[in-house]
Amino acid sequence: MNRFDYIRPVSVSEAIAAAAVPGSAYLAAGTNLLDLMKVGTTRPERVIDITRLPGLDRIEWLPDGGVRIAAMVRNSDLAYDERFARTFPAVAEALLSGASAQLRNAATVGGNLMQRTRCAYFHDLASACNRRVAGSGCDARDGENRLHAVLGWSEHCIATHPSDFCVPLVALDALVEVEGPHGAREIPVDLLHALPGATPERETALAPGELVVALRLPAEAADFSGNARYLKLRERTSYAFAVVSAAAALELEGKLIRKARVALGGVAAKPWRAREAEVALTGMPASAEAFAKAAEIALADALPSGDNAFKIELARRIVVRALSLAFEGTPEVMPALPASPFSTTAGAIHVA
Amino acid sequence: MSLDTASPTARRHGSNAGQPLTRRDGLLKVTGRATYAADNHPDGMLYAVTAISRIARGRVTALDVGAARAHAGVVEVLTPANRPPLAHDPDEKMPPFGFRVEVLQDDTVRYVGQPIALVVAETLEAATEAAALLDPQYEIADARTDRSNGDRFGLAAVGIGAPPRTVHGDLAAGLAAATHVTEAEYETPAQYHNAMEPHAVVAEWHGDRVTLDMPNQAMALSCAAYGAYFDIPAENVLIRSPFLGGGFGSKAILNGPQILAILAARMLKRPVKLVLTRTQMYGPVGHRGHTWQKLRIGTDAQGRLTALHHHALCATSSFDEFIEPAANASLPLYDSPAILVEHEGLRLDIGTPGPMRAPGEASGSAALEVAMDEAAVACGMDPLEFRLANYAETEPGTGRPFSSKALRECYLEGAKRFGWAGRPLEPRQMRDENGFLVGWGMGTAVFHCPHFPAEARATLRADGTALVETAGADMGQGAWTALAQIAAEALGLDPDQVEFHSGISTLPDGGIAGGSGHTASAGLALNNAGEDAIAKLAAIATADPASPLFGAGNIGVVARSGRLHRIDDEGRSESYVDILARAGQAEVIGTAKAARDPAIAEAHAMFSHGAVFAEVKVDPDLGQIRATRLVGAFAAGRVINPRLVRSQYFGGMIWGTSFALHEEAVTDRRTGRIMNADLAEYHVPVNADVPSLDAILIEEDDPYVNPLGIKGVGEIGITGTVGAIANAVWHATGVRVRRFPVRIEDLLIARA
Ligand SMILES: Cc1cc2nc3c(=O)[nH]c(=O)nc-3n(C[C@H](O)[C@H](O)[C@H](O)COP(=O)(O)OP(=O)(O)OC[C@H]3O[C@@H](n4cnc5c(N)ncnc54)[C@H](O)[C@@H]3O)c2cc1C
Ligand code: SF4
Repeated sequence: MNRFDYIRPVSVSEAIAAAAVPGSAYLAAGTNLLDLMKVGTTRPERVIDITRLPGLDRIEWLPDGGVRIAAMVRNSDLAYDERFARTFPAVAEALLSGASAQLRNAATVGGNLMQRTRCAYFHDLASACNRRVAGSGCDARDGENRLHAVLGWSEHCIATHPSDFCVPLVALDALVEVEGPHGAREIPVDLLHALPGATPERETALAPGELVVALRLPAEAADFSGNARYLKLRERTSYAFAVVSAAAALELEGKLIRKARVALGGVAAKPWRAREAEVALTGMPASAEAFAKAAEIALADALPSGDNAFKIELARRIVVRALSLAFEGTPEVMPALPASPFSTTAGAIHVA
Repeated sequence: MSLDTASPTARRHGSNAGQPLTRRDGLLKVTGRATYAADNHPDGMLYAVTAISRIARGRVTALDVGAARAHAGVVEVLTPANRPPLAHDPDEKMPPFGFRVEVLQDDTVRYVGQPIALVVAETLEAATEAAALLDPQYEIADARTDRSNGDRFGLAAVGIGAPPRTVHGDLAAGLAAATHVTEAEYETPAQYHNAMEPHAVVAEWHGDRVTLDMPNQAMALSCAAYGAYFDIPAENVLIRSPFLGGGFGSKAILNGPQILAILAARMLKRPVKLVLTRTQMYGPVGHRGHTWQKLRIGTDAQGRLTALHHHALCATSSFDEFIEPAANASLPLYDSPAILVEHEGLRLDIGTPGPMRAPGEASGSAALEVAMDEAAVACGMDPLEFRLANYAETEPGTGRPFSSKALRECYLEGAKRFGWAGRPLEPRQMRDENGFLVGWGMGTAVFHCPHFPAEARATLRADGTALVETAGADMGQGAWTALAQIAAEALGLDPDQVEFHSGISTLPDGGIAGGSGHTASAGLALNNAGEDAIAKLAAIATADPASPLFGAGNIGVVARSGRLHRIDDEGRSESYVDILARAGQAEVIGTAKAARDPAIAEAHAMFSHGAVFAEVKVDPDLGQIRATRLVGAFAAGRVINPRLVRSQYFGGMIWGTSFALHEEAVTDRRTGRIMNADLAEYHVPVNADVPSLDAILIEEDDPYVNPLGIKGVGEIGITGTVGAIANAVWHATGVRVRRFPVRIEDLLIARA
């Protein structure tokens, strides 16, 4: 029976205690969780509403220049926070390229990080899905998989992680602060989402009952503020998940690349940091060739998981473009069509 | 032209019709006071939820009815085992154009999303949960989901009673005479109406009478059909459909879930409400069927058509036929000595397709207009010049005159406004200041002009105001407003002196709100009813010695601003109020039935026309496409309300953008399940996808189409636009995409 207990704890510790019981799920804005409950992909027995926990709605600047964003800060509030958008422009751009204005006004930082895959077979109870029911098979493998993973997938699961926000976050070495039944710890966002391997049902590094309480961006991430972009290809100009996306951030000395950060979205079960590509760029003069080489390296291990070979070439090209846009410099103002290749179109009047 | 400009004719005559009035129901809608079907909650109402099949073909072998019944709040579970009888066999079509419906007649599963049980409960939650508890077990047969495994078959008719094959001239000879033959295949996907308001019904029985609150595009026909299913006279069915949150053809035809809910209400003797979920709308309520279309266009050295062959393979269900009359789009437009259009059916395990905004024309024009572009390229001609060279002065094949056809003006005005002149013939020639590839394309728009029989009543009241009535449907297009304008015109009153009643089946039959024919059909009935009322009023006045109009019976009077005037001496007049007061009458009632004169219809080809010009930009590396500019020029007879007409053209052009670049139901080939049956993943355009739009209203005076000269505007905007955008993509990139929607990878793979 689709009955669940609804619990509204008043403190983080109470929330964690409540969630320690198996079958619990945290409810943030619910823009993902409630959809999944409606179709039956998840059927939690206890829903722990964390929207009213005290102190989880703050953006705090740390003495060293880093920033700590509490888990319940809304996507829009973060993207439109002036200091944040100036300091981490690619993150703000990624946030504004996600979902719709209405969803961003509701969705939380923690919920965005923890959102589940959009794989249609994951949402369809009549389909086999190892991620939903361990060991049941993967109907996406020979199904409609045009938009599935090309990196880091396994025979057991070829799903992608849908978040835009997470892509620049992994590029910038963000980490999450987690509290759980066994205390507090920190996890780099890069290690938060698991590759499927033989256990796609294990989606994240969080242990049952663990709560993301905050997200932190280190001070060094601000070094890229002048040359950071997020770019996203999609099947309509707004309100669509990425076909592929990329975050690129450069620290330049003239034309010389002192540090580079590159990450891809829509290609794997996690936001995909391309560290080897970054190494190849470091110390090089910025050039089309250098960017193309970095793109080659970033996708060197890519393999189609189905009807999606085009995504590999597309991913290479978007890495090149994101790097060149980053090299051109962060735009003075947020583009009217954030993260769109058409964001540079003069006279664009729509805010997506 | 701004939205607030009256049409030139209106300015000339100073009339009500032709004025850009805002929607009468606009305020109700934006303030949330318009009540839609599902907003009704009669006392004691129960909630019904359908359980739907998740397989495409086979049998339901078990349902856990016990578990569903045991769920708290559940009142009844209908399955094939206990479903009460219906008076009409659901495996037979319902004339004139009702389809076979799935109403639990047996345990066969014919498509994914078919209702396999109906749960009725005290709350929506209980019904929903119990439907899930039914946990159906199936015997599964292989699903036919594609050309590779569907069964092809020959057809008796396409669309609604249209011929499946038409031949003019000698195709083989025409092809032999050609210097070029352009030949290609085009594919259009299954698309779903996705009206914002889901299908809903609140059914309440009183003895052998039933009241149905439901969005409905064809009330009189529906009353008759429900009457046949439930074995009651049509007049015992009362349908209330004051507002529709979009219909697009899917609310004109009866469907299984609604019949089941009405049946449950009778069985349980309580009102029952059923609202489909978004996902449940992908199956039993129609869709635009998948097509594969082959075109062959023969051209001579001067770029004139020698032959036009359009073959359409069209998907339908395994148990019924609705065939997109796609190839028929090639009949009325281009002059060719030889034309062959033909259709073939493909049986798949899907819900039966149905009419969806511009059925046939949309898919057919998409293919034809791209093929014409390819033929123009083959002839080395500008696409507009090519179309003008093949302009049909009379209906191709039959030689019948067009009732009116200002298509040439559309081409020229549209091209001028767009700035078409100087367009390079070759693709990949234009870039914008940011390096994006720029392409320009065009397409011809065409839509036929059906006219449905309709009735209306006009009551002139003692206070000088009027009440006009017809059972029409306002789906958001502004029918209430345009129809009231027509009635006011006929009555010689201002629209705000005219109370307009519509949307309920007890009123005179307003015909069907479909085929872009509602304004013309219901409008003519209202006009005639108004004229009838005025004639009766005139009879009173001219026979009354006390009236200044006494004795003017033979000379005639004209109605204007609430007064009757002698035609030969406008200074002699009397107000409606005075005429009725003196006669001691509270009102005069005019009535009318209206239909098209079959002789005139037989003698003329009747179409609306248009020309659409599109600009797209394409990222040369990433293949991301954006339509940036659309200009459409349309000639569709007399314009009653330019604001509403322009908004219909805009809506059509946006729909065309959707068809060209976004919309597609993605079907799992193994199971027949639609994997994107929700509005997150089934993409329709968002604001940022809608380019700068311009719609030009070309004046057209049509003395034949109907006495009011009104053609239709609701669907034509899609046609032409799809091809224009696809052709612009080619012009930008040099890549010819022949499968819709055009995707990023189509443009990418070609470069890699
Ligand atoms: C139509 C649609 C389009 C979308 N398009 C995009 C897009 O283009 N790009 C994009 O990035 N996203 C997109 N999204 C996803 C959207 O960003 C997420 O739904 C949203 O960010 C989730 O946040 P929430 O607060 O609503 O989370 P919820 O739905 O409340 O929770 C999501 C998941 O995270 C868990 N959770 C929530 N908070 C915490 C926490 N603090 N600690 C541990 N676990 C937690 C929940 O238990 C649940 O499993 C789209 C969503 C929709 C519905
Ligand atoms: S790809 Fe992963 S999420 Fe999708 S069906 Fe396969 S196992 Fe499930």
